[in-house]
Amino acid sequence: MIGVYFSKKNRALLAELVRTDFKLRYQGSMLGYAWSLLRPLLLFLILYIVFVKFLKIGKGIPHYPVYLLLGIVIWNFFSEMTNQSLTSIVGRGSLIRKIRIPRWIIILSSSVAAVINLLLNLIVVAVFAVVNHVELMSTIVWLPLILVEVYVFALGVSLFLSALYVKYRDVSYIWEVILQAGFYLTPIIYPLALITNETLQKLIMLNPMGQAIQSARYSVVSHQTATAWQVFDGGWYRFIPFIIVGAVFVFGLLYFKSEARYFAENV
Amino acid sequence: MDDTAIKVENLSKTFKLPHEKYSSVKSSFVNFYRKRTYETQKALDDISFEIKKGEFFGIVGRNGSGKSTLLKLIAGIYAPTRGTVTIDGSLTPFIELGVGFNPELTGRENVYLNGALLGFNRKEMRAMYKDIVEFAELEKFMDQKLKNYSSGMQVRLAFSIAIRAHSDILLLDEVLAVGDAAFQQKCYDYFNKLKEEKKTIILVSHSMPIVEKYCDRALLLEDGQLSKIGESDKIAGLYEAMFLKEETKRIENQRNEQKQSDDGPIKIHKVEITQGTKITKNVQAKRNFSINVSLESKVDLEKANVGINIKNRDRIMLVSTDNIEKIGGLKLRKNKKIEIFFDIENILTDGVYIVNIGVADYSPIIPVMLYRKEHVQEFNVSGVGPHAKSLTHPNITVEIDGGK
Repeated sequence: MIGVYFSKKNRALLAELVRTDFKLRYQGSMLGYAWSLLRPLLLFLILYIVFVKFLKIGKGIPHYPVYLLLGIVIWNFFSEMTNQSLTSIVGRGSLIRKIRIPRWIIILSSSVAAVINLLLNLIVVAVFAVVNHVELMSTIVWLPLILVEVYVFALGVSLFLSALYVKYRDVSYIWEVILQAGFYLTPIIYPLALITNETLQKLIMLNPMGQAIQSARYSVVSHQTATAWQVFDGGWYRFIPFIIVGAVFVFGLLYFKSEARYFAENV
Repeated sequence: MDDTAIKVENLSKTFKLPHEKYSSVKSSFVNFYRKRTYETQKALDDISFEIKKGEFFGIVGRNGSGKSTLLKLIAGIYAPTRGTVTIDGSLTPFIELGVGFNPELTGRENVYLNGALLGFNRKEMRAMYKDIVEFAELEKFMDQKLKNYSSGMQVRLAFSIAIRAHSDILLLDEVLAVGDAAFQQKCYDYFNKLKEEKKTIILVSHSMPIVEKYCDRALLLEDGQLSKIGESDKIAGLYEAMFLKEETKRIENQRNEQKQSDDGPIKIHKVEITQGTKITKNVQAKRNFSINVSLESKVDLEKANVGINIKNRDRIMLVSTDNIEKIGGLKLRKNKKIEIFFDIENILTDGVYIVNIGVADYSPIIPVMLYRKEHVQEFNVSGVGPHAKSLTHPNITVEIDGGK
């Protein structure tokens, strides 16, 4: 089944689309690829100065800079991937109107570009972790699984949004606002412990991104991080974030599949 | 399904066209609760036909008749509203040359990208890269960005990549509309090669000579409906007749409008075609015919020149003459009607022709154009026989020296 989807032709096309994406993205800029590292680093620097140095938010949390950076990197991956996928079908409209290629390859190619960026950024996180004397913990083996969860979630959202964007161009503005809200509703710049209202804490942790970022911090940076497991204290609803991820992916995929037939005429 | 390459059954395609696009925030808020209305446009209506393996098949029709929609449905780019398309064999995925070309990438990078769209991976592309570049004659330009290429260069590059796609069935939409004569010759050679290889080809074209020359059969679309399917020369003739009918109507309307504004010194009463003693619009091939112009001038002219020319449907001038060339200047008396007969050796071949006319005053050193009008009359020629596809058919005698 998967063999059909990832035939030689499709793999070749995917590879070439990713390559083109990368070549074009930083074309004409002097620093080129370095920007994919510099951007999150600069954002991190701003947030670090404002929240750690001025507002002293991360006090009492071990290795807070790494903790903060990891959160930003994972969130950035999600926001970058969904943002780029959102416009990718419309952006490749001329292609879609004139050639028969599997539509999902276009989404997959923007997602691969985002994954490559994530891996580069994780190297930077690793460097910071070493500088910050973060101990290497055995729980780090969970990190890939957590990232896969974020990827699947982002892919589901991307599939849904990109197909919706073909019909309604308002989607990009709405999504921008939702991402901005999500950034503050997810414990990225503030530690979860800052929220004293327990119900609110639980609500925040229902969000797959909150759950994933906290779990990633727990497994890589410090076991003092509150995970969904602890917040929900073993209740069945600790599985809700995963259910959401699964549901979003399946829904996104089905919606994309049903709409993809009409991309060529609607785009 | 043994020898059928493409089977189209009851194919229909309807497009929904929204009546209004809400482009501003205000209008979208105002209209948010109002239901969006659509206009449905039937691009194709209940089309059925079959294409055999190894057939060169043409699709002709006027703009907006649904040709490209049909091609896109066959290619699988559009999904049919009703009906099915069954395809046996591999099909090229593109309907145009150079799809996916990116102006910001170099020629080399575009070759690889375009190749990937055709399903070739890097390794395969590397193996054929040299051939592609050589065929396109672009060796020196491969590291330049595509945006610096001329359109001819882009087409050459696209074409040389496209012909690497070894599909059983090829779809081509007006590929020959671009490129210079030398490049078009390459296209023709490629077509001939495909024909020899018994590939199935579907060609959408406006050019009837090309359809007649290459296609075995063709299909005529009229307003989304299958008007006729059959031998390509018959279909081409049908298309031309349809086109001429409309063209004549259009010209007539134009002429009626022009009549009222004709206030120059020259008045053309009529232009007639005669063959033998008969006034006709259907001229027999290989027999002389005559174009008779009757006109008068509102002023005295010492040295007038009446010129005519005959153009074919591609607006190529095949015959041109005037009275100064043949018998010298013409004296025209004020308001006196005269008639001029141009007796012409008929070297024209089968087809539709139009007659254009011009009148000039040659008494000044620099002649003054007094009257000029396109398409004052039209006629068609038939009966040349076997070599009807050439532009002209002059008298030819063949002699043999030695042998029998």
